Amino acid sequence: MEIHTDVICPFCGTLCDDIEVHVENGRVMEALNACKLGNAKFMSMNKKNRHIVPMVRGEDGFTETTIEDAVERVARMLVDAKKPLLYGWATTECEAQSVGIELAEEVGGVIDSCASVCHGPSVLAIQDVGFPSVTLGEVKNRADLDIYWGSNPMHAHPRHMSRYSRYPRGYFRERGQQDRTVIVIDVRRTDTAGIADKFLQVSPGDDYELVNAFRTLLNGGDIPDEVAGIAKKDIASALELMKTCQFGMLFFGVGLTMSPGKHRNIDNAISLVVDLNKYTKFNLIPMRGHYNVTGFSEVLTWQSGFPFGVDYTRGYPQYNPGETTSVELLSRGEVDAVFVVGSDPAANFPKKAVEHLAKIPSAVIEPHETPTTYLCDLNIPSAIAGIEVEGTAYRMDNVPIRMRKIMDAPAGLYSDREILEMILLKVREIKNGA
Amino acid sequence: MELEIKNGVVFDPLNKVDGEKKDILIRDGRIVEKLKGKHDVIDASGKLVMPGGVEIHSHFAGGKETAGRMLRPEDGARTVYPKRNGLRSGSGYSMPSSFTAGYLYAQMGYTMCNTPAMPPLFARHTHEELGDVPIVDKSAYPTFDGNWFVMRYLKEGDPDKLAACVAWFLRATKGLVIKIVNPGGTENWGWGKNAVGIDDPVIGFDVTPAQIVKGLAEVNERLKLPHSIHLHPNNLGKPGNIETTVETLELCREVKSANARQTVYLTHAQFHSFGGDSWKNFESKADELAKYINRCDHVVCDTGNVTLDETTTMTSDGPMEYFLHNLTHLKWVNKDVELETAPGITPFIYSRKNPVHSVQWAIGLELALLIDDPFKVLLATDHPNGGPFTRYPRIIAWLMSEPYRRYYMEERVHKGAQKGSSLATLDREYTFSDIAVVTRAGQAKALGLSELKGHLGVGAHGDVAIYDIDPAQVDPSKDFKAVEKGFAKTAYTIKDGEIIVKDGLIRATPQGRTYWANPVVDHELDREMLKDVEQYFKKYYSVNLANYPVQKEYLKRGREIQIDARDVK
Amino acid sequence: MNVTLITGRTIKQGMVIEHKDSTMYTDANAICEFDPDDMKKLKVSEGDTVEVSSEAGAVFVRAVKSLQSPHKNIIFIPMGPWANQITSPKTDSVGMPSFKGIPASVKLAKDKKVLTYPELLKQSFGK
Repeated sequence: MEIHTDVICPFCGTLCDDIEVHVENGRVMEALNACKLGNAKFMSMNKKNRHIVPMVRGEDGFTETTIEDAVERVARMLVDAKKPLLYGWATTECEAQSVGIELAEEVGGVIDSCASVCHGPSVLAIQDVGFPSVTLGEVKNRADLDIYWGSNPMHAHPRHMSRYSRYPRGYFRERGQQDRTVIVIDVRRTDTAGIADKFLQVSPGDDYELVNAFRTLLNGGDIPDEVAGIAKKDIASALELMKTCQFGMLFFGVGLTMSPGKHRNIDNAISLVVDLNKYTKFNLIPMRGHYNVTGFSEVLTWQSGFPFGVDYTRGYPQYNPGETTSVELLSRGEVDAVFVVGSDPAANFPKKAVEHLAKIPSAVIEPHETPTTYLCDLNIPSAIAGIEVEGTAYRMDNVPIRMRKIMDAPAGLYSDREILEMILLKVREIKNGA
Repeated sequence: MELEIKNGVVFDPLNKVDGEKKDILIRDGRIVEKLKGKHDVIDASGKLVMPGGVEIHSHFAGGKETAGRMLRPEDGARTVYPKRNGLRSGSGYSMPSSFTAGYLYAQMGYTMCNTPAMPPLFARHTHEELGDVPIVDKSAYPTFDGNWFVMRYLKEGDPDKLAACVAWFLRATKGLVIKIVNPGGTENWGWGKNAVGIDDPVIGFDVTPAQIVKGLAEVNERLKLPHSIHLHPNNLGKPGNIETTVETLELCREVKSANARQTVYLTHAQFHSFGGDSWKNFESKADELAKYINRCDHVVCDTGNVTLDETTTMTSDGPMEYFLHNLTHLKWVNKDVELETAPGITPFIYSRKNPVHSVQWAIGLELALLIDDPFKVLLATDHPNGGPFTRYPRIIAWLMSEPYRRYYMEERVHKGAQKGSSLATLDREYTFSDIAVVTRAGQAKALGLSELKGHLGVGAHGDVAIYDIDPAQVDPSKDFKAVEKGFAKTAYTIKDGEIIVKDGLIRATPQGRTYWANPVVDHELDREMLKDVEQYFKKYYSVNLANYPVQKEYLKRGREIQIDARDVK
Repeated sequence: MNVTLITGRTIKQGMVIEHKDSTMYTDANAICEFDPDDMKKLKVSEGDTVEVSSEAGAVFVRAVKSLQSPHKNIIFIPMGPWANQITSPKTDSVGMPSFKGIPASVKLAKDKKVLTYPELLKQSFGK
């Protein structure tokens, strides 16, 4: 049996790097330290009937084809399209993302990531008002107050609280849990709320009002007896905890970015954190979902200057969320081909956007069968990043970690990066008239 | 591959070549005495020939650099660079994106760039990004200002383990230089506090900024690192900070240099040369710093010129960035890094109409003109903090032309600059040789890389910049516009003997080297020290030790500088 | 009954991400979590099919009792193709559709079948 230690879990933005994976005869026997989500991902390596061969849709459904043919089809689709969309990127390594960006630039397409339907509004808010943040180790060593707002880590980031916030002992927090207070703000009494010291149940769509109430009180104003379904005294006592802590953290989730108000909710929440810095040390971290959605923003930003929704149709990067982001491009029928890498928009986009996706030429690189592989005309299975392929991923606090390879991919499978490199080469060949 | 550069007017201060007509010969990437066979010839008649430029302090790549770009799409939209001639596209006025930064530096004749503040935990990011900066050779300086191991060993009085630990961090992060930013202040910022004086206590660690600076300066020499400590002292950007600056430099006076160079490098000196006690009576103290540096031999600084642009400030000095944000109320990014440091970012709009900004503009130039030896005061804007590096040609023109400066003094900037500084009284004008010192030779020497960089003697890298300026025809004092234009884009940039830029256009984009230092201390000491590292990692870091060091894959063309420091035990 | 629809992650939804080709995927995602009191009001029992409709469309899912309650008048459907039959594509011009806080109505539809995703996609997109 091989024992792999310090393995990085390629599931969520917590990017735990302490997994111990036991592998025997090509089967994962155990993934110690992993949460349910991580464990499910490692164990899924034992799935039977994994797709190895690319599949192309014909008149009678899907048929098998060669990797060379699949690469050529994707390349032609991208070259022929006037404005192709290259979407996904959150579940692959930075090295593959980098090739994807070069490909988007080469074909004059739009490149966008799941950030646009996840924490894109957070990025917009950051671009409005800034981003006072810290790395997660700072939280572990210093924080005595953690707020989870619109986020349910017990379900989406199961080890977040045990590694960084609620439970661990830190340099200045030697007693661990006893030294820390947790506030949860959500529309439902979530499992996370169940282990909080204080829970504020905000009425749906009223997060903005609640942030405003905090800021109004903080800045010396008065508020009605009830705001956003919460009594004034509860708002005031939560605020008191924020003002008087030594080191406060706001972890916010898509409960804020996807609700009415969207980026304005985050604008206001960041402004609250900035305001609190007049009283104490306060910072925030967005609870990023996919394990490397952060990495894509980093790579795209250093290469192009912008973090998502970058349109290369004019030969230089243009960024205008709302115009250059996937859901609008699809809903308005502005793109004429879609190439998905490591994502499942057919499952995760609103129906109207998927309708257009189903009409235009499409292809996907994806290890497993998903609604997107089902809808796309061509799918290329790939090796699984972070388990069968090594490479860089960025944690939700932007800390870069190198994911390890712990087993070989089945023969015949290529990594996302290798497939993308083949496509890029082929695109250049076609463009040069070869 | 062989190349002959004929008949150019050569300025090569390290070899005492001062405007002579001289041929430069390159074979296999190095300067040589003789060529062997058939070779390309560049006719450089009537052109200025200098070694490739060396950037000693520019925030052009790394974690906070990318965070700065992300923060400011308006900066990206201001200047865009389309994909053409096989080059990658990009964007950014004050913070050009990675490929673009490499192209722009090469077009100005620079062949080496160093990014000066890499939080160790983000080293992997820095190296990944450096891999996307084409052409130039490069390195990164890891920050040690709030390093918990450093403070612990200082408190415990264990200079040996301190040295071993610094060596380990350089190795783990693939860094070249010990960088210190607001020593102690960045740790205190973990509690929203700062350290403004060198004797302020660091909360929870029982040490002072003075101990950190002195301790690391001594370690630096024991490890025989090529460069000295690279220091951004406490109290940056505050009226009256000159006192702290001089006190800090004084700490290193008695430190014995291992490599016959400075023992402290003061970066962006402009920001540390402020007088007065408020913005109302704010004034330049460049004269005081210049006097100090003229008197001693242990300090080299760079100017940190302000170019009066809209820019994006980014430093590892988190409390300073918060202070700046409270002045301007512009958007603010904070990025405290566990056990290490605390970067911050905020946009800044330097205005010609603002008296303080105008005095800052004057200070950068005053320093260059008041410090006698140009090897002690190098040209840098602390890109992008004082202004983008693309402004270097204008700064060069200011330094070479008193009339150009006077024009700015009288017509362009706030009159406060005349009252608050001595610039109007300075008539010194830099020579081309002085310019060669403050843009390449001085940098190479201060970095301890002057065997390979910053000169055109035999054995040096074949890095050459050829500018379309004819020293026989151009009087820089009068023709300052021609100087500014001439330094903006080279006629040729040659890197390792390959023509990279011709007539201002990029023709090739090779991958540059990444230099890093590996001082090897006594094995037994290293092992003892590592036990402490392991323990801290388990308890306090958020990543496992095994996942911390930067893997070799991240250096596309790494160059290890191994140093025998086994006498440290 | 008029309700507010929230969609989002659940741990079960996360655990089947690699198993979208199995029935586990439908079991984990083609559901609607109710506040227990709302279930009583609607006379809906655990496992009943309900029809949830919004401006964007309608979908049949299985009712389950919420473990994240109370949340009166709020229903929760895990993110996925079922939820996205009825989420709103309106982005307010910022890229983000409305996945949470959507006005919706819900009624018992005992005899209706909950579709698997291939059936659902076929019905919606003809592929």
